[in-house]
Amino acid sequence: MSNKVIHAIYDDEEIVLKSVKILKENNFEINEVYSPFPIHGLDHALELKETRMAITAFIYGCIGITFGGLMIYYIMISGIGKSWPMNIGGKPNFTFYHNLPSFVPIMFECTVLFAAHLMSITYFFRNKLYPGSTSKSPDPRTTDDKFLVEINADKDEDDLKKILKKSGAIEINEEKNEK
Amino acid sequence: MYKQNNNLKTISLIMIIIGLVSLLVAFLTDAHSAWVSLLFNNYFFMGIALFAVFFVALQHVAEAGWATIFKRIPEAIMSFLPITGLIMLVIVVAAALHLNHIYHWMEPGIMDPNAPNYDKIIAGKEAYLNIPFFLIRSFIYVTIWIYCAKKLRDISLQGDLEGGIGEKSYFKGLRVSGWFIVFFAVSSSTASWDWIMSIDTHWFSTLFGWYIFSEWATIGFATILLLTLLINKQGYLPALNDSHIHDLGKFVFAFSIVWTYMWFSQFMLIWYANIPEEVTYFMQRIEQSNYRFLFWFSLIINFLVPTILLMSRDAKRNRDRLILVCTIILIGHWINSYLLFAPGTLNDQGNLGLLEIGLGLGFVGLFLKVFFSSLSKRNIELKSHPFLDESKHLHT
Repeated sequence: MSNKVIHAIYDDEEIVLKSVKILKENNFEINEVYSPFPIHGLDHALELKETRMAITAFIYGCIGITFGGLMIYYIMISGIGKSWPMNIGGKPNFTFYHNLPSFVPIMFECTVLFAAHLMSITYFFRNKLYPGSTSKSPDPRTTDDKFLVEINADKDEDDLKKILKKSGAIEINEEKNEK
Repeated sequence: MYKQNNNLKTISLIMIIIGLVSLLVAFLTDAHSAWVSLLFNNYFFMGIALFAVFFVALQHVAEAGWATIFKRIPEAIMSFLPITGLIMLVIVVAAALHLNHIYHWMEPGIMDPNAPNYDKIIAGKEAYLNIPFFLIRSFIYVTIWIYCAKKLRDISLQGDLEGGIGEKSYFKGLRVSGWFIVFFAVSSSTASWDWIMSIDTHWFSTLFGWYIFSEWATIGFATILLLTLLINKQGYLPALNDSHIHDLGKFVFAFSIVWTYMWFSQFMLIWYANIPEEVTYFMQRIEQSNYRFLFWFSLIINFLVPTILLMSRDAKRNRDRLILVCTIILIGHWINSYLLFAPGTLNDQGNLGLLEIGLGLGFVGLFLKVFFSSLSKRNIELKSHPFLDESKHLHT
């Protein structure tokens, strides 16, 4: 980590994408790109790792279906179901598999509930958006109509500035790295 | 232009001959089960052709561009609709003339209180289930479907001749598609009540139309995907990329789950309520040994195979995997459509045997023949379409 970073500000997402590609070709280290909206193809240009959200969704879904199954097993069959048996439509309530069709909606809903909520929570924490967190954006204009690329400036600073100017940055600022 | 592969031509011809021989043998040995076999095979392939029309219309009204480059493939699948529609009408008219006994409620005297075979429940449905109205409905569905399919194909061809970006014919197609979708929304439900649900006349299910629609959607997407991959493998459609395949794969995956959702919603409510006139439908399929295996088998492969094999993103971009899954679910849904017709008409005599499979192969051969000859009649690459460029650069 260098202690100085360059903030290049752009006003068009196409130009940001192009300039990120140029910077990557010249081996500059990009810390972060701040944008008011997602830019299609930026994740590939930045060579970010593929998201593992799908895997977490699968795991959370498995947790959900297990929880739903155990819950309904306890309520209807083993625990409460034994001390307080319920006769619903004359359905057999001594075994789990005899009653399975009526348990499927509960297990299905638990799967969806767990997958959706835990995924959102994971997403927030992964992006450091827990309660009480402050904005990470160095420039409030990136929430409106400007795009900001943060680059490590430990080498070839003049070169870097030249490339940025050429690629269409409307503003180039030197900042101290606060991280 | 698409050039037909001679090997495929011979294979489809052999299949047609197998189909004709099986049909002939079936009619000579047991005419009743032959009619059922013809009906369920025809229903299955009509669903594929009809869904192709719906697919093209849907891309129009949604103004969606992703599917534009392979638009000729659903358009060629559509050309199978007139043949299957006609066979459907032949079966329906033959039923009305009592040449076959597929529809129990058509028996003479069943709605007459003085007749010995009077059935009060069926007589109560007379306002909807009577032969003249039934025939009129069937003719209306088939003619409007075929008309819209032809219109959409012609308009698409006009777009090629129009030049520029072809927006004039696009807007013309938009109007036809809108009307078709409105009509299809009603007719897909009523057609499935008329042709399928009325076989088990006493029984009824309110979501039957959606259940059939979800089945059509699954087999329709699977067929479009399979044929697109096949055509691409032969060296056509060079602009087809992994994103198109991925999107089609998503639809196959999603609609397999929608189908299971519908299947289960129907099953669970009937199982839970346990009313005699409703449960007979499932009793026939679960208790009788000649359907029990097929019943559970088709549910399992139609649900588990796409769910497990197509879950990840990489799987939906893997062409061999998609071909495998689509083939399996087409077979699974073919078995399932047998189970829609057979238990109500053949009772415990039904048997998914060689004659049914032979006739199924015959339909596959006829389908491929019509598909490839329709594809070779026109440019497989679109020349002018408002979304052509967007579709070429699809990236997800």
